[in-house]
This record gives sequence, structure tokens and C-alpha cells, in this order.
Amino acid sequence: MREEQVVEISGETRPRTFAGDRTTGKSRHALILQGDTRFRFRKAISGLMAAIVAACTVFGVAILWIILGYVLVRGLPALDLAFFTERPMPYGEVGGGVAPAILGSLYLIAVACAIGLPLAVMTAIYLSEYAHGRFGDAVRFVIDLLAGLPSIVVGVFVWTLIVINTGSFSGLAGAVALAIIMIPIVARTVEAILNLVPNSMREASLALGVPTWKTIIRVVLPAAKSGIITGVVLAMARAGGETAPLLMTTLGNQFFNFDLMQPMAALPVQIYNYAVAPYADWHTKAWGSALVLITLIGLLSLLTRWAVRSQKLVES
Amino acid sequence: MSQQTIEQTTTEAGDSPAAGMEVRNLSAYYGNFLAVKDVSMPIERGKVTALIGPSGCGKSTFIRCLNRLHELNRGARVTGQALLEDQDIYASNVDPVQVRRVIGMVFQKPNPFPMMSIYDNVVAGIKLNNARKSRSELDEIVERSLQGAALWDEVKDKLDHSGASLSGGQQQRLCIARTIAVEPEVVLMDEPCSALDPIATFKIEELIAELKERYTIALVTHNMQQAARVSDYTAFLLSGEERYGRLVEYGPTEQIFTRPQEAETEAYITGKFG
Amino acid sequence: MQQTEPVRGPSRIRLDVDASGRGDRIFEGATKAAAWAILGLLGIIIILLIFESRNIFGHQGIGQFLFTTTWDPVFLEFGVFAFIYGTVASSLIGLLLATPVAVGAAVYIVEYAPSWLRNPVSFTVELLAAIPSIIYGLWAVFILGPVMRFHVEPFLQTYFGPIPIVGGLFEGTPIGRDILTAGVILAIMILPTIMAISREVLTQVPDTQREGMHSLGATKWEVIRGAVLPYARAGIAGAAILGLARAIGETMAVTMVIGNASTSITGSLFEPGYTMASAIANQFREADSQVYLSAIVAIALVLLLIATIINILARILIHTLVGRHNSSTRIG
Repeated sequence: MREEQVVEISGETRPRTFAGDRTTGKSRHALILQGDTRFRFRKAISGLMAAIVAACTVFGVAILWIILGYVLVRGLPALDLAFFTERPMPYGEVGGGVAPAILGSLYLIAVACAIGLPLAVMTAIYLSEYAHGRFGDAVRFVIDLLAGLPSIVVGVFVWTLIVINTGSFSGLAGAVALAIIMIPIVARTVEAILNLVPNSMREASLALGVPTWKTIIRVVLPAAKSGIITGVVLAMARAGGETAPLLMTTLGNQFFNFDLMQPMAALPVQIYNYAVAPYADWHTKAWGSALVLITLIGLLSLLTRWAVRSQKLVES
Repeated sequence: MSQQTIEQTTTEAGDSPAAGMEVRNLSAYYGNFLAVKDVSMPIERGKVTALIGPSGCGKSTFIRCLNRLHELNRGARVTGQALLEDQDIYASNVDPVQVRRVIGMVFQKPNPFPMMSIYDNVVAGIKLNNARKSRSELDEIVERSLQGAALWDEVKDKLDHSGASLSGGQQQRLCIARTIAVEPEVVLMDEPCSALDPIATFKIEELIAELKERYTIALVTHNMQQAARVSDYTAFLLSGEERYGRLVEYGPTEQIFTRPQEAETEAYITGKFG
Repeated sequence: MQQTEPVRGPSRIRLDVDASGRGDRIFEGATKAAAWAILGLLGIIIILLIFESRNIFGHQGIGQFLFTTTWDPVFLEFGVFAFIYGTVASSLIGLLLATPVAVGAAVYIVEYAPSWLRNPVSFTVELLAAIPSIIYGLWAVFILGPVMRFHVEPFLQTYFGPIPIVGGLFEGTPIGRDILTAGVILAIMILPTIMAISREVLTQVPDTQREGMHSLGATKWEVIRGAVLPYARAGIAGAAILGLARAIGETMAVTMVIGNASTSITGSLFEPGYTMASAIANQFREADSQVYLSAIVAIALVLLLIATIINILARILIHTLVGRHNSSTRIG
């Protein structure tokens, strides 16, 4: 302890009423407001840790921009008109585009929505409006487990259920797999949103003699519309990026195909096929497809935000 | 505690060794909102100074300025001076962390560290300041502090239990033990009994009377009877139409409660508002 | 409240319960059916996977399937232990690398960041979770892999290789497509999961805990280490375990960089490996016999069981914290 840092407040010594004395013979009034060497060490540690946790944050933010930056820089050269309008060239040939994959992805997501959304939204309505007690808790628990299911497991399930039984990879199988992935996401977010609708709105409608089911459809769901859209888009964005389950179900396709019983192209699968092939041109196309995929996902969320915002403006 | 005992302890505590404080023109802000305006008053050494006033009068904010805890809130700042003996704790060369080491605080709601044992709760502050203490030294500090907080007999057989396993009143005394373990000069208490039942409250009040033998105490309370029972000096704060809190009157507790100088003080202690 | 006083003339008030009651019953029934369908979905997934893996367990028994490392479709020997090892090794590397960084970022956001910076920063880090797995894979194949091969792995080998025991982790030729690279990409992928939940958990820590530590004369870091992190311990463990669950089930990114070559366990992180998920993704098209096909379904079954157990565990841990008492805010 360096003497000049010690500020003596008072020379008095305190009478000892407690058992035993302190280790140092120093006056208990030695009041160190600026701190001794050990205190400066503690301050230094504190500052160092602040710098370290700040660096962790910088890393998290930087890694996002690094990955997005690579996708942009390496993907842009691949983009031309043909990329969006033509189908992929045969193995090893230069040129062509990913139009079937873009359309295939959109088509698969649309069909997955048609299969999964009614089930998910109805379940959310049940949980929020009707379920009390154990059955509701059981359903919520199962939804959590479904959400935690590795997507490859969903892929294996649909593969054994549909692909093996029908003897063919198909767009339908892919859409079912995506639907199973979307259902827990939509059900969870929509239930959370419906729970936020104030009860007074329900009561106001019920007091007018409107039956419960009409109240839910005409009052509760419209009030929660923006939240429901957000939840659905979240699920669509997630499904749009899924690769493993699609690989096992739709397989991918070099040609335009809208027959649900045939293999169908999808953007993530196309990226995979391009990336693992040994051709530089295909690698460029993989980056280009990645750029398109990220842009689609980003656009989807932006459009929703915009739609949700303008709807709120109308309401208010 | 009767009126007589108060006066007795007052005279006895006169030669207490703890450092006193002197607040000069202290104002506290949350962002641009002025919460406490221009308070000047002493915190007499070795005495209990009670801060009373209706809720929202800024008494909690004020006491949190006395160990520089207020400035931890986002956007919060303090102007003016608070002297500990002759040293301004707001001086530029003073580190707030060291201020809090010397001016401890007990909170409204007991806040023992639930993941630590009773023993570790008591030595938590010691370990920060002095890493290399022998086990026997620590044992001694734990016993001394828990005895000082009148908790030793109740917990001496379960020092390894979690601090959260105690009752509310015991938790609060554990927090007091934790505070006095680092041997501060001043102990600030922010409504320490508001979450406790009457029996636990009585024990804390008894303890306060003992603690002032060794420490300077500032006590925020909304309970006027409590202020009258345990304090030597009382400050009455009020936020009127201006919305910021200000010091209306300060004086010996007996005087504030029997012969208040200000009409507002009289109105408050006679229960006309608040 | 409806008044039921008699009205003159034919009543216009309809108290006909059936008119609205039937609609309500149908609607409630329909929504309840949907809820049942979801329960049924999980049931069917589990039952079908068990049913379709019956051939492999009949063929060689559960013990040989789980605990041997020979995976030879030609001779119909299917032991997945090497896949389990690859899964656990790469996921643990991911967890060990990601958790400190994720918790550090969460601590920065909750304890240090000025309020205007909080939301943009946590939003940006959480965007990492929105990037599809295939794009991580693409980036890992062309950017991360070469960096690991030419810079990180030779460095590790030079400086840690000679150390006994530890050196064993860094044996072999650095190729950049191995368990270590898979672990690194997994770390990046689970970073946002662990960060987001840890941040949530840290904001649940009552301010009274921080103030209590501050009032003992603790520095900012001592407050965090002594009061905040211990209080949030269970929740942070839950966050890490949820991250682990995500890592274990992750397929594409791992498949693209883990090498998919070895079925032996050498202990070196520079060894190409297989995870359970990447084994499925690589081999499902080659399943030309009932037993082979059944073996692949059985891997998925094991994966499902592990993921489910881990998810339940994580939820219990996170719950213990959130269920506890909350902070009281103060107004003087």
C-alpha cells in the first residue's frame, strides 16, 4: 500500500467492541478514496473485461457482415439476365441459370403454407381461446419438441413416409417436409400474438350477442393480423432456407417442373449441388444463388415489416 | 423504544469514531428530470439520521447519491458536493467504487446473493478488497459480522446454507452483516424494514441502535414512528408542485416531531397529507 | 345481460341456444382437432421411425448398432459409434468456442452498451440465426476451410503439436475439412442462439443484486462476475444446451466441411469425420437394401431422441431462472 494514496480522514482510533482486532495496525479511519495498488489492479481487470466483452460483440456483428460481404462480392458476378430466366446447364457446362430453382422454392413454400398454415393457426386459436389445463400444456410441449426437431429428422420421416412408399422423390414430399418445419414456428408465434389481444375486445363483441367463433374470426384474428403475418413470414423465411429435408424429399431438378408428384428444383438444393461440384463456374453460380436466396429472405421480411407498419397506420 | 432511551444513546454515541458527512447543494437528475434539488444537510457521525417524506419526494434518490449509487442509472447525474469528513466523494480524483467500499448500503428488499452460502455472502465484500485472507481470519470476520448483525446465534450451524434459505428478516440482517463486514464508515439504509413483518422490523430497529455505536447511519423511512424511535436527527423532504424533491426541514428528531419550524413539516407529521 | 321480460307481440329476441351454440361447438371442435393433429404428428414421426428401423435392430441388435465403429453397407455391418463421436466432438467444439463469445456479447449488450446501441447490436447478432445453413456451408467450404487449412491448423500444429496429450488433438495433415472446421462453423451458427437467450436471462437478473454488490465496493466486472453471472447461471447453461441441441441436429454446413471420410476414431481434430446428420444426408440415396435403409432411419431415430432429451433439459434449466422472484424498481 503506497502511503501517498492514503487519505487520512481522522486520526482517531475506533474503540474495539467486536471480538479481535484487525490485522493491520493501521487506523481504521484510513480512508482510501483514490485507491491503492491492489485497487488499481482490480480496476484494470474490470477495464480489460469490458474490452473483452465488447470484442465478443464486435466479433458477433463482424462475422455477420463478413459472411454477407462474401456472398455479395462473390455472388454479384454470377447475376445476369440468363441467371434468372434459364435453367441450369448439364453437368460441367458453362452458362445457364437457376430459374427453375427460384420458382421451385417459391412453389414449394406456397404448397407448404397451404398444408401447414391452417393446422398451425387452428391449433394456435385452440391454445389461446379454448385450452385450459393439461391438454393445452401437452400440446404446447409437443410444439416445442417439434420446433427442436433437427430438420434432417423431418427429412428422414417424410422420405420414409412418402418417397419410399410412392417410389419417387416429389415436390409434394418436399412441401410436406417444409410444412412440418413451419407448423411449430407459426403455432407458437400466433398463439403468443392472440394472447396479446385484450380480453375487453372479445367481451365487447360477445356482449353484442356475437357467438364466440364469429368473435374469434371477425374480432380477434383481425386484431392480431400484423402479428400473425409476421409469424407466418418468419416461418416462410426459415423454410425457404432449409436444405437437408429438401435434399431427401424433392431431390432437386435441372428442369422446370410444376408437377407435385415429380422431383422439383429448390434454391438451397441448387446451391448445394453447385457448391460440391468441381467447376469454378458452378461455384460462382453457387454464390450467385446464395445471394438470391438471402435477398429473397431479406425482401420477404422487409415487405412484411412494411405491410405490418402500413396496416397499423390504417388502424390508428 | 422510549423517548428516554433515545436521549441516552444520543449522548453515549457522541464520541463515536465513525466519519460523518456533510452534503452541500446536492441535486440529482434522471436525464433532464430534476429529482432532488439543492439539498444541504449534515449526516452527523455516530448518529442515526432519518430521511422522511411522502413517497416520491426523492428521499431514496437522495440517499443513493450518498454512496454514488444513483449515477449507475442510465442518464442519471449528480451536482453539488457530499463530503465524507473533509473529502468530497464527488471530487474528480475519487473513484466511486472506493466510495461504495467506505459507504455501504442496505436496501429496501433484502438482496442476499442467492447462489452463495451465508458464509460467502458475509465475506463477499472482503474477498473483493483483500483476496489473500486466511481461512481463520475470514472465519473471525464472519462471526464478528454476524454477531454485529444479531444473526450469529440463528445461523452459526448452517453457514453453508444458501443465503436465500433464510426468512425475510434474517435475510435483511444477513445483508447488514455483509455490509458491516467490510467495516464501512457510513451505513445507508433505504427503507430496510418495508418488506418485513413487525417482529423482524423490531429486531432491525434494535440493531440500528447498536450499530450507531460504530457506524454513522442514514436511514430512509416512510414510517414516522420508526424515525421517531430510532433516529437522532431527522430530515423532511417534500416534492410539491415543482415535482422535484427538496429539503424542507432538518433538525434533531425530537425537535422535528415536537416543535417543527415549518408548516409543511407539521402538516406531514400530524398526518394531514402523504 | 339479456332481459327476458315478456315483450308484446311475437318476440324478436332469439335465445335459441342451438343457433349460435352449434357454430361454437363446431369451431371449437375443429380447432381442438388441429391440436390433436399436432400431437398425432409427433406420434407418427416417432412411431414411423421406430417401425422403419426395426430391420436393423433385428439384423444386428441395438448394442452393435450403437457401440461399434464398422459401417460397411456391402457386408451389412452398421455401427454408428464413429458418427456419434463425430457429432459429439464437433458439437462440443462448437459449444466451447461459441459459449464464451456469446455470453460475452450478451454481457456487453445488457451491462455495458448505451441504450441506443442495445437493440441494433443484438438485432444484428441475431440476424446470424436467419442465415440459412446452406450459406454457412458454402462460406465454410470456400472461405473458412482454406483459412483453417493454411493458417489456423498449421499454427495449432506448430505450437500445440509438441505438447504431450494435447498434441494428439492436432495430429495429421491439415486439410481444412475435418472435425475442427465443422466445430468452428457450428460455433458461428449457434452463437446467435446462445447470445439471444443469455441476453434474455441476464435482463431477468434483478437490479437489487447488482446494487448489493456495488455497495460492497465492487468494480463493474466484480459485480458481473460476483452477482450477475451466478444468478443467471442456470439460464445461461440452458442457453448453451439449446445451442448444443442446434449443433447436434445441424446438417448441411457440417456435411460440407467435415470430410465425410473416416469411420475410425483417432482423437485428432484434423481427422475428417462424419456426424449422424451428415451420414444420413450423404448416404440415403445409396440405401439399396432393407437393412441399409433401416440403418439410416435408425440414425435419425437416435438423433431425434438425443435432440428431444437435450431440448427438455435446456427448457427446465431456463425455466428455473425465469420462475424466480423479480426485481423491484425504485422511485424515491
